[in-house]
Amino acid sequence: MSKFIFSRLLQAIPVLLVVVTATFFLVRAAPGGPFSEEKAVPPEVLKALELKYNLNLPVWQQYTHYLGDLLRGDFGPSFKYPGRSVNELIASGFPATAELGFYALLVAILIGSCAGVFAALKPNSPQDYIPMSAAMLGICMPSFLMGPLLVLIFGIWLDWLPISGWGDIPGDKILPAITLGSGYAAYIARLSRGGMLEVMSQDYIRTARAKGLPERVVVLKHALRGGLIPVVAFLGPAFAGLLSGSFVVETIFQIPGLGRFFVQAAFNRDYTMVMGSTVFFATLIVLFNLLSDVIAVWINPRLRSQVQGG
Amino acid sequence: MTEQQLKQFTAGTSLWQDAWLRLRKNHLALFGLLVLVTMVIIAILTPWIAPYGYEEQNLILGASPPSAEHWLGTDIFGRDMLTRIFYGGRVSLMVGFIATGVALLIGVLWGTIAGYLGGRVDMVMMRLVDILYALPFMIFIILLMVVFGRNILLLFLAIGAVEWLTMARIVRGQVQNLRKQEFVEAAYSLGLSRWTIIRRHLIPNTLGPVIVYTTLTIPSVMLLEAFLSFLGLGIQPPQSSWGLLINYGVETMEEYPWLLIFPGLALSITLFALNFLGDGLRDALDPKASKD
Repeated sequence: MSKFIFSRLLQAIPVLLVVVTATFFLVRAAPGGPFSEEKAVPPEVLKALELKYNLNLPVWQQYTHYLGDLLRGDFGPSFKYPGRSVNELIASGFPATAELGFYALLVAILIGSCAGVFAALKPNSPQDYIPMSAAMLGICMPSFLMGPLLVLIFGIWLDWLPISGWGDIPGDKILPAITLGSGYAAYIARLSRGGMLEVMSQDYIRTARAKGLPERVVVLKHALRGGLIPVVAFLGPAFAGLLSGSFVVETIFQIPGLGRFFVQAAFNRDYTMVMGSTVFFATLIVLFNLLSDVIAVWINPRLRSQVQGG
Repeated sequence: MTEQQLKQFTAGTSLWQDAWLRLRKNHLALFGLLVLVTMVIIAILTPWIAPYGYEEQNLILGASPPSAEHWLGTDIFGRDMLTRIFYGGRVSLMVGFIATGVALLIGVLWGTIAGYLGGRVDMVMMRLVDILYALPFMIFIILLMVVFGRNILLLFLAIGAVEWLTMARIVRGQVQNLRKQEFVEAAYSLGLSRWTIIRRHLIPNTLGPVIVYTTLTIPSVMLLEAFLSFLGLGIQPPQSSWGLLINYGVETMEEYPWLLIFPGLALSITLFALNFLGDGLRDALDPKASKD
């Protein structure tokens, strides 16, 4: 198992290298050049940039310096906010984003897998059709539509929940979490339904029933573990989606998170901030993919023995 | 028995006829197809059938709720919403189809070559796909839009470049199975060139899964475009797309909710239709594929 984790970690290195290289040279290739002098950049920022990226050196040396800085976890100065580093900006925005992502994932997993398992227990009946139609609705209703509609209905018309902010008024985290989580709840519902349907037709489920176990035990103890494997494999990609979903949700609900900073930086052409957050997001996503692969192997005995055998 | 009857009796059904028969029984998929065809026809005919001009403003009227003159109401400049949605749909659908086309072209070629050549070439090509798979493309597209400006052509390419990966994987798997079969060997022994074998014998046989996946790619591409336009990083005014209309709708949803609801409906219904059609096609063309 540790060998498997190690080999997957090794595979993550080229991915991250591609991310960093692509980011660096993309930004360098910007028309006019973000680091070229004719741009209207505050002089102190320009000075900090010159110092940081050694702009008098050839490009490849700037690149190696950049790599070295990244290895030390240094993302450099912000392009637009003199005196602030990208590290500070990330540190101030990340906690809200992480919290939002966590709640959204909770919403997605709880609602999604319950709906999916429930639907799979009686396939092709109303108990199947109703949650699955709702899931289809969730898939076709993007967060940037779902969010404003929820705000309109529950925030403005019914006046039940606050419509913006983060941690200021009790309950202001509910709508953002549901907005971000609902699409993934829908995917998870479909995946867990498929997984459960397949597992429920296997021999060992028949055996469990044949030895007289109550249906509840058969489902919860025997089927669930196998049936939810596709969901675990989906968690890695879902995490990446949650991060980019946070751009929208944080913008709609005015949450001071990293996603909103990233979008603002993209608008302000704050090149170093965009670069830094890109690398930061990418690292997170790669790590999370790794984690979801490891969990998938860990809960699936067949994969586990394959990994140990090979 | 007449000759014609005999022909009818022995003709059997081709894969496509069989698939069509199965699709015809799936009412949701047929409904999706109908909605999609309608949307495409409207998009093509928009300049002739739109009730008002695209730029036509009526500042005295301002934002008005749906009425007999303006079926879906007007926005704050008094522009007819139905017209705006028609024109927005043109852009949204165009992005959906063109970017998917780009993805299709790259993915099918890449997957076929990797699957057919096999060995080391295959390994290198698929490793590259694996690495690209792990990249957070959403963020890269935003980076691209920041660095090179918000250019619609770039948007097509960027989205197409993201979506080809899964296509390449699917096609490669198919081709790997096909190339071991006798008809490919026969073609080879007849002295056909590699390229002819790929073009004439391999690609046509991968069409089923490719069509299915294409139908499912179009909605995800449209969603991506709408997402970027909503953030203000995609389509730029004076052009318009459903994502952009939703973005404008959100700004004034408290006073004029119809400006949010109608473009939202247009986008959702189209995505619905495409997803149902894709699911239906999967069941019809590829009965073995699991329904997730």
